[in-house]
Amino acid sequence: MDIIRRRLLVLLPAAAVAWKFVLAGTPEASPNYTLTEHWWGMLIDIPKCIGCGSCVRACAEENEVPDGYFRTWIERYHVADWKIERPQVESPNGGRQGFPPNQDNSGKNFFVPKLCNHCTDSPCTQVCPVGATFVTPDGVVLVDKSYCLGCRYCVQACPYGCRFINPKTNTAEKCSLCYHRITKGLTTACCEVCPTGARQLGDLKNPKDPIHEFLRTHTVQVLKPQMATGAKVFYNGMDGSVR
Amino acid sequence: MFKDLEHLIRLAVVIAIAVVAFVVLRVAVVPRSFGQYGHYRGAAVAETAARPIAFAGHDACEACHTDVVEQKKQGKHVVVACEACHGALARHADDPASVTPAKLDTAVVCARCHEANSAKPKGFPQVVTADHSGGLACDTCHQPHKPKIEPEEKVAAGGKK
Repeated sequence: MDIIRRRLLVLLPAAAVAWKFVLAGTPEASPNYTLTEHWWGMLIDIPKCIGCGSCVRACAEENEVPDGYFRTWIERYHVADWKIERPQVESPNGGRQGFPPNQDNSGKNFFVPKLCNHCTDSPCTQVCPVGATFVTPDGVVLVDKSYCLGCRYCVQACPYGCRFINPKTNTAEKCSLCYHRITKGLTTACCEVCPTGARQLGDLKNPKDPIHEFLRTHTVQVLKPQMATGAKVFYNGMDGSVR
Repeated sequence: MFKDLEHLIRLAVVIAIAVVAFVVLRVAVVPRSFGQYGHYRGAAVAETAARPIAFAGHDACEACHTDVVEQKKQGKHVVVACEACHGALARHADDPASVTPAKLDTAVVCARCHEANSAKPKGFPQVVTADHSGGLACDTCHQPHKPKIEPEEKVAAGGKK
């Protein structure tokens, strides 16, 4: 009797561990796409942006973003000559319907499209208490909405204000860099519709990607470099007043 | 040996049951693919990638609409992807017969990009539509796929050169 019980006690944990591996099964194979062969980023050419709002509309349609929330948005900067450190920034409905004429045409006026910077050392994934948000092996910051508690830590942690809580699901949401498109060989919805080529998706691990040539020959900057987030959305021609 | 050996065995049994219960619960609660790539559910990566697309991409459009491709090549709109104006049409690309795109109102669509705004790049063609066309649809004069009006077309239409 004693021996049988002891054997059982030894066998049970072993069986449980083995069962875990049985349940895990083989990871889902996605044909023609190897996670470790890519490292995604984006290039934003500010002097090309016309503030048409195509990217914002396309993103909302592609990703079913609820009204009043934005995975990408456009800001219009007005920098008066005498007030460079205090730019006026506006983004009416995220720039979704474009922008009304400027009130003040003096000084410097330009558009800045914004989205998740898909940081290499992302503050938002570091604060998640349950592992519901993460950087994928191909460098995209995603949210696992079936695992998210909606605790909003990540919303506060993102220095770029790129996250929000979806009012329907009550889970964190953000730009997925159109992960469902880029893994199929397409570009993101925003880059697809950008009429001037101000936004370009780039694969930093692909030596043939034109992003490398651009990064070599232009002076690019990332948003809030002092935060050391390892942001992978590179801005060309960005004014020092951009926050 | 020990006179209280039975007590130790009982304690060991209780601890063993607790360990087994913990392991079984953990296996039941932690998702199967957790830890596959890191401290997260590995299956979430494939789940995100499995979403259906809404925008087909210009390559899909160009496979059929070769006439428009040729027309666009002659003008500056060659760089503008089809769905930038026509909207998301992956459903049309999947089933061209039953899903057809709506006709666009050029008075609205063209103005999205070409309405004058001082924040737009200086080299970008902009008009104040109220002065330029007085609310008339842009395709009254312009061909959206090849927007530049050649001088001879202007004369033919009775416009100024």
